[in-house]
Amino acid sequence: MYAQMVTSEASNEDPEKLAAFQARIDAGEKIEPKDWMPEGYRKTLIRQIGQHAHSEIVGQLPEGNWITRAPTLERKAILLAKVQDEAGHGLYLYCAAETLGVSRDELTEALLAGKMKYSSIFNYPTLNWADIGAVGWLVDGAAIMNQVPLQRTSFGPYSRAMIRICKEESFHQRQGYDIMMKMAQGTPEQKAMAQDALNRFWYPSLMMFGPSDRDSVHSAQSMAWKIKINTNDELRQKFVDQTVPQAEYLGLTIPDPDLKWNEEKGGYDFSEPDWSEFFEVIKGNGPCNAERMEARQKAWDDGAWFRDGLMAHAKKRAAARVAAE
Amino acid sequence: MSSEWPLWEIFIRGQHGLNHRHVGSLHAPDAALAIKHARDVYTRRNEGVSIWVVPSDAITASSPSDKGPLFEPSNAKVYRHPTFFDIPDEVGKM
Repeated sequence: MYAQMVTSEASNEDPEKLAAFQARIDAGEKIEPKDWMPEGYRKTLIRQIGQHAHSEIVGQLPEGNWITRAPTLERKAILLAKVQDEAGHGLYLYCAAETLGVSRDELTEALLAGKMKYSSIFNYPTLNWADIGAVGWLVDGAAIMNQVPLQRTSFGPYSRAMIRICKEESFHQRQGYDIMMKMAQGTPEQKAMAQDALNRFWYPSLMMFGPSDRDSVHSAQSMAWKIKINTNDELRQKFVDQTVPQAEYLGLTIPDPDLKWNEEKGGYDFSEPDWSEFFEVIKGNGPCNAERMEARQKAWDDGAWFRDGLMAHAKKRAAARVAAE
Repeated sequence: MSSEWPLWEIFIRGQHGLNHRHVGSLHAPDAALAIKHARDVYTRRNEGVSIWVVPSDAITASSPSDKGPLFEPSNAKVYRHPTFFDIPDEVGKM
């Protein structure tokens, strides 16, 4: 999802401590930063929460692209508020990761060095205003699928961050769907734009859940630790089942000729996305990977003097206060 | 290497008459900016009427391993709860 293919770390610690830890998780207790935890739990969580945080921050870029070109002042103000929320979500999550003993700068530097990832979805371009609708409706919709169960995750600070995020996320999906409704009910050209946006974002959205993890050892460990609650396939199925009727209401067609209601399983059968494309994007070869990383690097470099300047000013002021006492 | 902005713990009073409550943390160079950042990060939807910011390193926390010695003594004193005492119905509301 926003954290895709997070590999979990094995723990070689005292089996008794590990068992006691697992018992706490099984009993539904929350693990807090100062509690004992296996190194693997800590490292896996840093990777997962960090990747989630980076996704929120990088996710501002495709939408920020349309702030200055929003069709009305109201839509512009709404999009601004949404992009500001994404920044907030990134900050909640960075703080949760920091309680595990990693610094904010270390996380940022790991992203810029390519050692940490962000969600594959943000490497696709937003070519026109309909894409902003599709991103809110599909991308935020897929994110909600994953984030709602994560409110019950075992690590306290992560769980609390997810609760805050989920409260705000529903606005994002609705504003996207609102854009899609407007365009789908508009001129034939506008409707065609909405269909085109759905065509381009459908499979990348399905990829957000990551490849099937039926046989993944990492997933099994993460699920035992309750830092992953559902399998990728379960969430993907749920997303498709929820989204198809929404597309029908819009009068748009899901770009999958094999999409069919399956009475027996009570859900839709659908085509898998092209996983070779997914792995290329993850490797850095998606349409916008280079552009996204350039933008993050530039923001980091251009902001350095400002971060340092404010810090120097704060130190000077503090020193003057001490001298005056 | 430049130094990272220090961490602040943020407390928000949700409504008049309620306590300030811990909502999370953030980085800021000083207290004044910590309040401005807290406004942006934690009160985008009218969540507060007042903000406290405290440097994280100024907080002393009890250790999880002290849970027993700290809290068990109160566990044993059930008579501190009014329901410990049986008052006959005839006495009326007490």
